[in-house]
Amino acid sequence: MTEKIIIAGFGGQGVLSLGQFLAYAAMYENQEATWLPSYGPEMRGGTANCSLVISDKPVASPIIETPDCLIALNKPSLDKFINNVRPGGTVIINSSIIHDKIERTDVKAVYLEANEIAAKAGSVKTANVVVLGAYIALSGLFPKESVKGTIAKIFKKKPDVIPMNLNAFELGYTAV
Amino acid sequence: MQKVFQKSALLTDTPFHYCPGCTHGISHRITAEALEELGGKQGIIGVAPVGCAVFAYNYFNCDIQQAAHGRAPAVASGIKRVCPDKIVFAYQGDGDLASIGMAETVHAAARGENITIIFINNAIYGMTGGQMAPTTLIGQKSTTSQGGRTAALQGNPIRICEMLATLDGASYIARVSLHDLKSVVAAKKAVKKAFDYQVAGKGFSLVEILSTCPTNWGMTPENSMEYVKNEMTKVYPLGVFKEV
Amino acid sequence: MSERILMKGNEAVAEAAVRGGCRYFFGYPITPQNEIPEYMSKRLPEVGGAFIQAESEVSAINMVYGAAGAGGRAMTSSSSPGISLKQEGISYIAGAELPCVIVNMVRSGPGLGGILPSQGDYFQSVKGGGHGDYRMLVYGPASIQEAVDITYKAFEKAEKYRIPVMILGDGVLGQMMEPVVLPEMTDIASIPVKEWATDGTKSGKDRRIINSLYIEADVLEGMNNKFAALYERMKAETACETYLADDAEIILTAFGITARIAKSAVDILRESGVKAGLIRPITLYPFPSDIYAQYAAKKTVKQFITLELNLGQMVEDVRLAVNGAKPVDFYGRSGGNIMSPEETVQQVLKKIK
Repeated sequence: MTEKIIIAGFGGQGVLSLGQFLAYAAMYENQEATWLPSYGPEMRGGTANCSLVISDKPVASPIIETPDCLIALNKPSLDKFINNVRPGGTVIINSSIIHDKIERTDVKAVYLEANEIAAKAGSVKTANVVVLGAYIALSGLFPKESVKGTIAKIFKKKPDVIPMNLNAFELGYTAV
Repeated sequence: MQKVFQKSALLTDTPFHYCPGCTHGISHRITAEALEELGGKQGIIGVAPVGCAVFAYNYFNCDIQQAAHGRAPAVASGIKRVCPDKIVFAYQGDGDLASIGMAETVHAAARGENITIIFINNAIYGMTGGQMAPTTLIGQKSTTSQGGRTAALQGNPIRICEMLATLDGASYIARVSLHDLKSVVAAKKAVKKAFDYQVAGKGFSLVEILSTCPTNWGMTPENSMEYVKNEMTKVYPLGVFKEV
Repeated sequence: MSERILMKGNEAVAEAAVRGGCRYFFGYPITPQNEIPEYMSKRLPEVGGAFIQAESEVSAINMVYGAAGAGGRAMTSSSSPGISLKQEGISYIAGAELPCVIVNMVRSGPGLGGILPSQGDYFQSVKGGGHGDYRMLVYGPASIQEAVDITYKAFEKAEKYRIPVMILGDGVLGQMMEPVVLPEMTDIASIPVKEWATDGTKSGKDRRIINSLYIEADVLEGMNNKFAALYERMKAETACETYLADDAEIILTAFGITARIAKSAVDILRESGVKAGLIRPITLYPFPSDIYAQYAAKKTVKQFITLELNLGQMVEDVRLAVNGAKPVDFYGRSGGNIMSPEETVQQVLKKIK
């Protein structure tokens, strides 16, 4: 099993941390993972993206050309990466911001109103965790409870935000 | 027979290679004597420059590192981090300290590195054969300012003490000379004070010693001393510029 | 086994250095290695060490010289333009026989270039870099775990040979996160005392001198010959990984992050029936020439293809090692671009003779 994911959006949408959540989840499930961010001027207000490879054997290349899954949190990111997605792959689209439908028919498109769902969970800031929930539900990569455990571990220094994030994860998980 | 003078134990028996009339020998001696007067309990690590004093490691009878051109303050900073309880000093010329190593000098002072620098200002590059230094006087001839330095063509001399005295990290900054016996005695006192400041942990100390270079100045040793007294001190006034 | 933790390459290298006994770090900001000095500025005071943000890379490497000369385990890191500035100091460190560790998270060049990953500093690292006739022990780790393991042992190696050790990473290795297992904290008291260090404890005839100036030609030649013998002994450190190379007809070869891409390409090629394999040098100096020569002599091996993130640097060492026995081809990307495994496969298929 090797899963290649590109996550992209505006800086501030939690793109990089969403990738890290998945990397942590993989590690706690005793899988291998590489998380590679775009870095440099891009992190100053422009678009940000990260490449995530999760595998049950040592990850060879951390560089992804044809992702199995694209998570696009804004329109420029969708446009930039949509044509790279492997045929048969999955595209998760934040339809709170992206109002277009994709033209490709050889990939599975999942439209998720991440911002609205996040607001219901308590804060629009948890939109990335909503997407995490949706991705885990779609991919079946890790058991739901294990990822919830990961979320609790990641936020252990800010225990007051754990319930909100678990709620966001749950709402994302059930939304798809 | 009564012994009236003795070489400092902090100087080796290696004869100096310096030219006749050069004041490096006196500077070495007063530095060694001042270090010796500290009592020798702390342990001493010196840093030698690139320039005429490059062989200082042959003369000072203590641990010494020879540093790349201009980098002695950085090297001394590194040593002081590893050996904070030891006396760490650098001995540098004007090309080394005020030209290629200006950044290292200024930032070591700004950080308040608890080190002492003995700065030999003879207004010329000696080792390489008499080229213009950042401290060369207006009108002074060198092999790269053969008609005499002009402000328009080669810029102006740099006054290191005045500049470093503006920095909060500097604890003791003084300029001394060696042109007569009285000034040598004063110079020694200043060097001793700089080391005392380091022992007290007060931070960066530097003593600029106005020095001669009869060979590259094209003067007799005697005339060189007169030049320091009459010309150099006009541009580089003696005194204490910072004392905390 | 210790717990796996997820760490960024730069931070993992910094922590591994601390655990390997590093107590003195001198740095200057430059992307993409900033997390190393940032981490050290916080971490070293916790373990009784010291960090200075120097006024320049030039100053930083000379602080390393001073601290290493005084007997401390000292380190600096930078990225390509900054490493260029350190070259004079590295040459002095080599000449004065001082141990230290230098990390280069390479970015693309020449000039200010770009901040994206590259392997354009291979020549600079393995052929000297600074002036004079010296070498370093140069490692090219391909994963964060390998970078951690190498950095942890780097001070020991540097002290064993009294040489600068360089860890040649790249922007990807520095910025990437992977799960790693960190080694145990080295007991500083267990580090052998350096009988040559200028630590201010000796004077008179026992005093010590750190120096690289030898005015007499015969004396300096003697030093150079001593270094040559040392570099010969250093060959014992040569390290190399081979992957599916035993029956391979096409040998891909690459170091660092490129080797991981090459490994993916080997897998894809094998699936499509091409007998591909990989040679990955872990030490770039000493270069594992013997391994290349062994494979070049095999009847089954038809061709070598070197992959690099530059215009062709390590390929020269591969050609020297293969010594004309088999064709050696090259494919590289530069400017911060990285070949994908799929692109690599296409290029390999084109180049197969």
